Amino acid sequence: MADAVHIPDEAETRAKWGGFAFNKANKKTADMYVARYPAGRQQSAVMALLDLAQRQVGEETKTQGWLPVPVIEYVAAYLGMPYMRAYEVATFYTMYNLAPVGRFHVQVCGTTPCMLRGSDDVMAACKNRGLVKGGTTPDGLFTLTEVECLGACANAPMVQINDDNFEDLTYDSMSALLDALANDKPVKIGPQIDRQTSCPEGGPTTLKEMVKANHDYRKDW
Amino acid sequence: MPKVTVDGLEIEVPQGATVLQACELAGKEIPRFCYHERLSIAGNCRMCLVEVAPGPPKPQASCALPATEGQIIKTDSEMVKKAREGVMEFLLINHPLDCPICDQGGECDLQDQSVAYGRGASRYDENKRAVTEKYMGPIVKTVMTRCIQCTRCVRFAEEVAGIEEIGAIYRGENMQITSYLERAVTSELSGNVVDLCPVGALTSKPYAFNARPWELKKTPAIDVMDAVGTNIRLDSRGRAVLRAVPRINEDVNEEWANDKTRHAVDGLTHRRLDKPYVRKDGKLVAVSWQEAFEAIKANWSGEAAVVAGDMVDCETMFAARELAGNAMLEGRQTGLAYDTSSLSAVNFNTTIAGIENADVILLVGSDLRREAPLVNTRIQKAVRKKGAKVFAIGPETDLTYKVEWLGDDLGALSKAPKALADALKTAERPAIIVGGGALRYEGVHGAALAFAKKYKLFKDGWNGFNVLHFAAARMGGLMLGYAFDGGIKTLAAKKPKLAFFLGADEVDYSLFAKTFKVYVGHHGDNGAANADVVLPGAAYSEKSGTWVNLEGRVQRGERAVFPPGDAREDWAIFRALSDVLGKRLPFDSLDELRAAMTKVVSSLGQEGLADYGWAEPKLDAKVSGKIADYPIKDFYLTNSICRASPTMQRCSSELVHGQQWLEAAE
Repeated sequence: MADAVHIPDEAETRAKWGGFAFNKANKKTADMYVARYPAGRQQSAVMALLDLAQRQVGEETKTQGWLPVPVIEYVAAYLGMPYMRAYEVATFYTMYNLAPVGRFHVQVCGTTPCMLRGSDDVMAACKNRGLVKGGTTPDGLFTLTEVECLGACANAPMVQINDDNFEDLTYDSMSALLDALANDKPVKIGPQIDRQTSCPEGGPTTLKEMVKANHDYRKDW
Repeated sequence: MPKVTVDGLEIEVPQGATVLQACELAGKEIPRFCYHERLSIAGNCRMCLVEVAPGPPKPQASCALPATEGQIIKTDSEMVKKAREGVMEFLLINHPLDCPICDQGGECDLQDQSVAYGRGASRYDENKRAVTEKYMGPIVKTVMTRCIQCTRCVRFAEEVAGIEEIGAIYRGENMQITSYLERAVTSELSGNVVDLCPVGALTSKPYAFNARPWELKKTPAIDVMDAVGTNIRLDSRGRAVLRAVPRINEDVNEEWANDKTRHAVDGLTHRRLDKPYVRKDGKLVAVSWQEAFEAIKANWSGEAAVVAGDMVDCETMFAARELAGNAMLEGRQTGLAYDTSSLSAVNFNTTIAGIENADVILLVGSDLRREAPLVNTRIQKAVRKKGAKVFAIGPETDLTYKVEWLGDDLGALSKAPKALADALKTAERPAIIVGGGALRYEGVHGAALAFAKKYKLFKDGWNGFNVLHFAAARMGGLMLGYAFDGGIKTLAAKKPKLAFFLGADEVDYSLFAKTFKVYVGHHGDNGAANADVVLPGAAYSEKSGTWVNLEGRVQRGERAVFPPGDAREDWAIFRALSDVLGKRLPFDSLDELRAAMTKVVSSLGQEGLADYGWAEPKLDAKVSGKIADYPIKDFYLTNSICRASPTMQRCSSELVHGQQWLEAAE
């Protein structure tokens, strides 16, 4: 728990976020989510609504967004559930940020497959750019978090930045990626090497005859 | 009814029983932490593993596994032993070895079970995790490093107390049990999580580092903080009662007790009256018993008025009545004057356990959560588990469950709003609960009875008419005739020359300005301050007594400690005084007194529900007006014992007044 996030002072967040409410567009989306569940089961929409609220906070602060306590309470009240139950959900899932983050939330996967394929280099690239685990850079651009497996092991090592995955990274490509983000340049989402999604590196290794045209393999069996 | 075999013993278990319950029926002990009979099943501690065939070839959590026909359960196989040792080892990985400084020591499930089912030594060399303490209010002390995440407290808060303020935040190794934002838990039942906690994570704050369980003398007693008559065990050492914990009584308190019951006991050693006093020149002066008796004799004219307080036992009331005559008796201190010609019409007829089965409940001027928290939990159970509907007339207040408020106009009694009338039409077991907040108003009692008749609240084997008292002495007092026609104001208007006040502290003493007032009680409170003679009596922990709870259940408590200083048991005071006054009472021991009392009111001689029959008094049913407020303004300071208790004062300032202040600030 040493690297647990430091949650901002409650009085301060209450003063700042006490009047939070969904904007018009988000309210519509929220009601759409709520309507997906039968009457009396509105609480099931809590995860979607917390995410929506986090995104709205993000828009308002021009960051990836986080969940101040009054916002969690707003969502809980919106669904008619006890504050504690919504708070439990918000603290359980790592996708909800309990403290403010920067514009880019860099989540580096450090679990075994990524580690074996060089997540230490990716981490080093981040450190070199001044990112600190659990902290936000002074310019407010980057927040670095080391996370457990994000489920893209075929493309290890990988990072998730905001809503996108960046895969097959090396020290250089990670540095270039961070530079591009910092300078508002366009970036390529997905694998950073010549590879389509999680297809084999360097072209197909099986079913090669299918690349050009349909091929009936049955007679080869 | 499935038949299962437990360790070679074939038994039949009820439908729907779990494997754990089957093992218990077979007389086998299954270790457990998270499982609790009165809470929902969580299945997260894994301590109750047993071997079950047919099924996967691995140990299974018996608490969450239904018992089915033909199961062969083994609780003593090598696999089970190994599984338990493994689970215990995991549980102890992060549990600190601080038993010597832990308040739970000696009554700790983890301690006992690790001795019985654990390995002899630990193989774990890494650092243990540490968790910061969480603030849960003035009652519950937390040492969260000791927590094993059984979530009993979380389930209790949600299912029994009805306040979802305790939860588990974060996940995995970082999971922590906490109150919402570490604020005080705003429940009258928060003390129960201390009993529920199987380890020393939640312990009692007022009792912290006071005693070890094995050095305490344990006495069964009856609680007098409210009219529920919670069965308690008083744990005392030397002359001090150190704590009160509930005993199990399915009909009354199940196994819960409210915070006042548990923690007002430290008031028993504060502000006590330990000497007789007589008022001389406007000032109370400590005197001898003889002098105090002489002062009473000077004002004795052969009879006297008696006003009983909220906590006195039947024996005291009977002794006082025998001495003073039964012409001027009153127990309803605050001026209630409802008709008492039929005791069944002022009784909680549905019974506390029975109200769980009600499907439509109408509360009339009753703030149940403060007046009888353990009746409130029954209704919360009815609402949560059985889908009961609750309607209420009175100012809106948080009762922890969904209530349809019908406004505070009492007219709703004579003309039920449509929602209520519709619900009652289809109800099978409807009930009405009339509280003290409504009984103040003329005609409410009659209107409620008429309502009960109109909407058929009486059915075969079901009586849905209830009056909710909140003084432990009330039902006993009514049985002994402590009800003056017209209430205490009419009694005062008769200007009695001499009046005995039995621990009566809520009386408006200005009514008795011309009366010579003798206060017989145990705390220096309102009553003693206004008295002309103060006779030091015994508190409920210091005398064997009979109390009748709000449903008419006669219960006996035993003496845990002796009264302090010169104080004596109340009945003995009246017996001694009777000698001085020349009207010797015909009993020399408590047994003789009880025999005499039983002769007068036979049902007081036997523990259990008193049978009042059902008789409906003819009352005026015309009612109008609004219920202004509820009688209990501050739950934690309702009688002289809790007003003297430092813990209750802290609870009051923090939970009752602090909360208002917080709300005002936000």
